[in-house]
Amino acid sequence: MSLKTGHVVGVNGNLVNVQFDESVIKNEVGYIKVGDTRLKGEVIRITDSVASLQVYEMTEGIKVGDEVEFSGELLSVELGPGLLTQVFDGLQNPLPVLADKCGFFLQRGVYLDPIPDVEWDFTPSRKVGDVVVAGDSFGSVPEGIFTHKIMVPFTIQGEWTVKEIKEKGRYKSHDVICRIENSKGEKKDLTMIITQPVKRAIKGYEERLRPSEPMVTKIRLIDTFLPVAKGGTYCTPGPFGAGKTVLQHLTSRNADVDIVIIAACGERAGEVVEILKEFPELIDPKTGRSLMERTIIICNTSSMPVAAREASVYTAVTMAEYYRNMGLDVLLLADSTSRWAQAMREMSGRLEEIPGDEAFPAYLESRIAEFYERAGKVRLKDGSLGSVTIGGTVSPAGGNFEEPVTQATLKVVGAFHGLSRERSDARKYPAIDPLDSWSKYGGIIEKADVDKVYAYIRKSNEVSQMMKVVGEEGTSLDDYIDYQKGELVDYVYMQQDSFDPVDASVSVERQKASFEMLSQIVLGSYNLKDKKDVRQFFNEVRQLFLDYNSTAEDSPEFETRKNKLLEKVEERKR
Amino acid sequence: MQKVYTKIDSIVGNVITVRAEGVKNSDLAQISSSSGTSLARVIKLDRDKVSLEVFSGAQGISTGDSVRFLGYPMRVSFSDNLLGRIFDGAGRPRDNGPELTENMINIGGPSVNPSKRIMARNMIRTGIPMIDVFNSLVESQKLPIFSVSGEPYNELLARIAMQAEVDIIILGGMGLKYDDYLFFRDTLEKSGALSHTIMFIHTASDPTVECTLVPDLSLAVAEQFALQGKKVLVLLTDMTNFCDALKETAITMEQVPSNRGYPGDLYSALASRYEKAVDFEGAGSVTILAVTTMPGDDVTHPVPDNTGYITEGQYYLRNGWIEPFGSLSRLKQNVNKQTREDHRPLMDGMIKLYSSYKDSLEKKSMGFMMSDWDEKLLKYGALFESRLMDLSVNIPLEEALDEGWRILSECFEPNETLLKSDLIEKYWPK
Repeated sequence: MSLKTGHVVGVNGNLVNVQFDESVIKNEVGYIKVGDTRLKGEVIRITDSVASLQVYEMTEGIKVGDEVEFSGELLSVELGPGLLTQVFDGLQNPLPVLADKCGFFLQRGVYLDPIPDVEWDFTPSRKVGDVVVAGDSFGSVPEGIFTHKIMVPFTIQGEWTVKEIKEKGRYKSHDVICRIENSKGEKKDLTMIITQPVKRAIKGYEERLRPSEPMVTKIRLIDTFLPVAKGGTYCTPGPFGAGKTVLQHLTSRNADVDIVIIAACGERAGEVVEILKEFPELIDPKTGRSLMERTIIICNTSSMPVAAREASVYTAVTMAEYYRNMGLDVLLLADSTSRWAQAMREMSGRLEEIPGDEAFPAYLESRIAEFYERAGKVRLKDGSLGSVTIGGTVSPAGGNFEEPVTQATLKVVGAFHGLSRERSDARKYPAIDPLDSWSKYGGIIEKADVDKVYAYIRKSNEVSQMMKVVGEEGTSLDDYIDYQKGELVDYVYMQQDSFDPVDASVSVERQKASFEMLSQIVLGSYNLKDKKDVRQFFNEVRQLFLDYNSTAEDSPEFETRKNKLLEKVEERKR
Repeated sequence: MQKVYTKIDSIVGNVITVRAEGVKNSDLAQISSSSGTSLARVIKLDRDKVSLEVFSGAQGISTGDSVRFLGYPMRVSFSDNLLGRIFDGAGRPRDNGPELTENMINIGGPSVNPSKRIMARNMIRTGIPMIDVFNSLVESQKLPIFSVSGEPYNELLARIAMQAEVDIIILGGMGLKYDDYLFFRDTLEKSGALSHTIMFIHTASDPTVECTLVPDLSLAVAEQFALQGKKVLVLLTDMTNFCDALKETAITMEQVPSNRGYPGDLYSALASRYEKAVDFEGAGSVTILAVTTMPGDDVTHPVPDNTGYITEGQYYLRNGWIEPFGSLSRLKQNVNKQTREDHRPLMDGMIKLYSSYKDSLEKKSMGFMMSDWDEKLLKYGALFESRLMDLSVNIPLEEALDEGWRILSECFEPNETLLKSDLIEKYWPK
């Protein structure tokens, strides 16, 4: 097949205009030849037989007249066994392999095979004569602790018949293991690897379901008060230094899902290095294996080319959907979606489109909605369930949530965990503001019970605002008790000591037990004579509760500490 | 490639356009006009229309001036001969020394492969207690100094340049007052630090475009030294001027502004510079300290705001000293557990007491009664400020820790400090 070609007629930042000779497909990939290197780009606009390419590399050295080859394919990722534990850039280049090849720096124009061609134990699940459609599985290989299903490409149309399929045995990932044919006589060779355009959502499931089961993060404030459901979406906006990334890292460690995909999009390289060095050493308590075995990292840090930053988010979500279709629960963490939006803004500016709010393009909202809509819980054809949960951080300019990216995100997510500067400055961890944040999902504890306790947080905040004006003297005793109850909830339940081995991650059972105790304390009434008495009582309760929080359940002191707390409360109960 | 073009189509701001063929993006050109020659850089190609950013500014350029394309991008000479030298924003000598043309390297090169980076683990000692003890500077860290016009940020940088335990210092000055340039030169010369310093200085009276080159020049040279195994500290002042220069070019190029006139790619522009901070496995490192003045002391201004999202913490320089609150070195926990066992607890303890001192001070100013405890705190606060916070204090970390214990012992009883008994046993001055 002869490749379609064109030549460069203009360069503006990372936007290159190309005059094409025959025809060109929107969003297809083109390569610009600069000397010996080929720079990858994507057609994002076609006007008057000039195609505008966003180039995923630095455009230094491109000149007018340089030859361009169009590939005829949309921007795609390769999916197959061997993705787990890998570290890719936004275009699915494996970074460690690239480092072996090119050394310290990211050399432009080098594109490597993302999936190593190694042998896997293949077990077929179909036989010759079976009819398959896109997304059907025809066999499986074991990948780490998972059964990796080998699927018919999601891009093919209509019904196909299996003509040939390899027997159980060891095959390389690029070997042809199955041949299929359709009614028109077209033939296709299938390997373990399929190619999927990143901007097209993977279907191949029976139906989408409502996200109902909570995704446990072992962070009390989230699981109890602001839950996230498997297959749901949530966002974490916050000013710099409020702990967005730390929160995501902890979630990526503790979340009770099968696979975690981390998309480090336009953030610090140092943070990715931390994951790279730490994860292989950490043990996943659920499986007893290294955490890295359930992780894929897509990393396009802030100094890497901007256009690839936009692609990295789609690369990540496509991989998530692929593993979902094997009946697994996948969590995608994107840090930060603002950088992705900024990449769109840069491109839009170069295209000289009419700008919207803060110069973001008018299609910002629909793109963000489209992305988050790729999350979901599905029932597959074999009846099993899979889900993609998406959690995105947002880095609003000046920490102001009124900006376009935060607002567009809030419209489409199911839970909002807003981090506040005030709470992070006061060293409260997690710094999620319980008053601003919300969740539409059901958590591990009945909503009615949670609301009763939540009410004290609101009341407490009101009283504390009032106290700033009228002073402690001007506050009634009842109000003051409510204030102290709210503070207690905040200190002993909403905050966690991330350095304490016990308190850093709390199991569902423990959360339920301690919430039960907490609500009894908060909903009870007490014999307290004045404010000093109130303060002292609640300080003591708080101290005892914190001691209880940091005691392991199997430790000999656990029961003593628990009883001490309960006795203290009982003493003054009315 | 040596063809000369003598017809300039348009001159807008510092950007000129000529019609030429075979020109590569980002290449340099030389423009000869009646007022001398200047370099220019290709910033946009549209068929045969080439837009160039003129380094020395387009003032005085005639439409008939000649433009000669050089066929290579912006470069800088790199060798040990750079040490002790001072250059301007276009890389020309500013110190009457010879021009350097050997071993030219491209500026603004590719980014480091994240899988080749290593976790930061070495502290850079500066002799300034507020940095060493409370917010340690770590090799490969990128930290801004958020400040306001009028604060002694350049004095602070000069002191760090003189005292920091690194192999090479690179000072990038952007929009510096001429006096400040002389101050840096004289101070470093006097202290003897000039011999391992390289300066790229753009002064306020120099052409704006040259301002945007300073970080790239400084960092390209720093990177090369680091690859040779050197520990390099890059000091930049002031990044707000750099951003303003970017803004000027963006507006001239009719780019849609995003926030307060700054271009939409401000974050990427800053990140590609700051991310040059790196610790190479098996070689040296680049550490960046950059002054960012906050217009109107407003941290939500686009420049400090975008900076904060990129860097690993920040120092606030206010009222002549580094604020203990708000200042944060995100990498300090990587290093401060290996220094001395009392480093971390003492750091936390002293900051907590200082915060109580601030509360007492507020109570006092509101006319409340001062308790014994308040009096103790007031005494402590004053000693803390004069003996540790003051920027003229120059003592190694260990001495600073001892000084901390001395201050505590002069103000409090051991059990009032909330420090662990075994530490008190060992370090409390007797």
